[in-house]
Amino acid sequence: MTVPYEELRKDFKILDQHVNDEPLVYLDNAATSQKPEAVLKTVEDYYHTSNANVHRGVHTLAERATVQYEGSREKVRRFINAPDTSEVLFTRGTTTSLNWVARSLGDEIVERGDDIVISYMEHHSNIIPWQQLAKRKGANLKYIELTDEGMLDMADLKKKITENTKIVSLTHVSNVLGVVNPIREITDYVHEKGGIMVVDGAQAVPHMPVDVQALDADFYAFSGHKMMAPTGIGVLHGKRKWLEQMEPLEFGGEMIDFVELQDSTWKELPWKFEAGTPNIAGAIGLGAAIDYLENVGMSGIMDHEQNLVAYLMPKLEEIDGLTLFGPKKASDRTGVIAFNIDGVHPHDVATAMDMEGVAVRAGHHCAQPLMTYLNQPATARASFYLYNTIADADKFVEALKATKEFFLDGLD
Amino acid sequence: MALTKLDQLYRAVILDHSKNPRRRGVLDKATTQIELKNPTCGDVIQVQMAIEENIITDVRFEGSGCTISMSSASMMTDAILGKSIEDALMLADEFSGVVQGEEAEHKHELGDAMMLSGVSKFPARIKCATLSWKALEKALEADGTGVDGQLKHD
Repeated sequence: MTVPYEELRKDFKILDQHVNDEPLVYLDNAATSQKPEAVLKTVEDYYHTSNANVHRGVHTLAERATVQYEGSREKVRRFINAPDTSEVLFTRGTTTSLNWVARSLGDEIVERGDDIVISYMEHHSNIIPWQQLAKRKGANLKYIELTDEGMLDMADLKKKITENTKIVSLTHVSNVLGVVNPIREITDYVHEKGGIMVVDGAQAVPHMPVDVQALDADFYAFSGHKMMAPTGIGVLHGKRKWLEQMEPLEFGGEMIDFVELQDSTWKELPWKFEAGTPNIAGAIGLGAAIDYLENVGMSGIMDHEQNLVAYLMPKLEEIDGLTLFGPKKASDRTGVIAFNIDGVHPHDVATAMDMEGVAVRAGHHCAQPLMTYLNQPATARASFYLYNTIADADKFVEALKATKEFFLDGLD
Repeated sequence: MALTKLDQLYRAVILDHSKNPRRRGVLDKATTQIELKNPTCGDVIQVQMAIEENIITDVRFEGSGCTISMSSASMMTDAILGKSIEDALMLADEFSGVVQGEEAEHKHELGDAMMLSGVSKFPARIKCATLSWKALEKALEADGTGVDGQLKHD
């Protein structure tokens, strides 16, 4: 069955508006996605009918809230095919998830002189936690080089990852280049060398089927807000053997078993990591977002985005003076397209396109080392999602051409 | 077409300053210099000045950034050359008001910089316009002895 993607647009009221007198074309999905009515309604219904604190209290609302909150955890488990809900931790988002691994497990196992390996295509949230860990411990932070097309240089990867490597942390999909990394292949190599594999899945989980058991990474982190859930909710999946070894980073209510005057014991997994009242509505919203995405179908979403990229690429390549970053083949990437118009600063591009109703991002995309590596102070970026259409792609090309004309041909 | 609205922001004078910036480069004998970054977008600017007896006798800027930030820097050098430290700081303060839609008292002294008043309709770009002026203010703090700095989020 073909999914009528144009029809899905109607599920997102925010898309039905004019910006600067032009119909909105929202192409900043790598920053955050829009939320369908089903998610908004679920969150609203929760507050209207079931709001209470979870895991305490015997009254009816407390029970309802707990069932919905834990029900969402089960939905997440199924969605990423984790073996057990005890391995699914709710966090604030990918950043928190990665910080937890670096702070808790990292502090425990990394020693002076050890190597931590990341790559030049990482988001700041997958750089700085490791940079800080390396500084605390006197460890070495190493960066895997990229090929000309912006893919991981696998030969360099095999040089950098050695028996001295304690942790490797890589993105599944680049938020700038759109490139999809071969996580399973890399994980096998990391494990062969005795290291721990951490994956930043923020740009992958919203766009493609992800099976954490098939990937076999030790940790897998992602955010809800990029996959149609509210902001402030995310997930850390970790293998049980590591999560059991890890100490919680926050202490307080919810996460304790028994509290005595001088000592306390922790609840079992996953709750020992979830101190304080969690983002209950956010977690329930994430569950609703998963329902929505599963109903559309994850492999179909990936195909839809790749079809849009395949449609766009030849049109973009025809534009003189347009530099595209990342792989040329649509099948090697997601719906993220970073670009620059020669002689026009990306901020000016983003302002001009906004005047045409087209929302794109401009800047360093929280990836300053990648910008330095690409020798660009900044780039513009368009990122597509399931509700974007061929018409959006056409409008994007049209706005891009008009922008180029305005800045380059408007002045003699 | 909606791009015509862009003319409010990118006036010909602004595009000209961006394409042909005044006093872009480095000074041989700077008495005051500063580098300022805008961490939200990666823009970076260096401003150098020669100050003699409280008067800015020469000025240069260097950096990378968008049309707005680079043309604003060029216009700033026009406006402050030959001015006293106090007058330059007064113009910086007025310019900050102009790009937020306020009336200016010293339009003539601000000169081409007045053309950036259209930025007030593009709130996301106000910081681009004020980067070089913020650098100037920071450089002139402490009687123009100069300090290194980074533009903070407001």
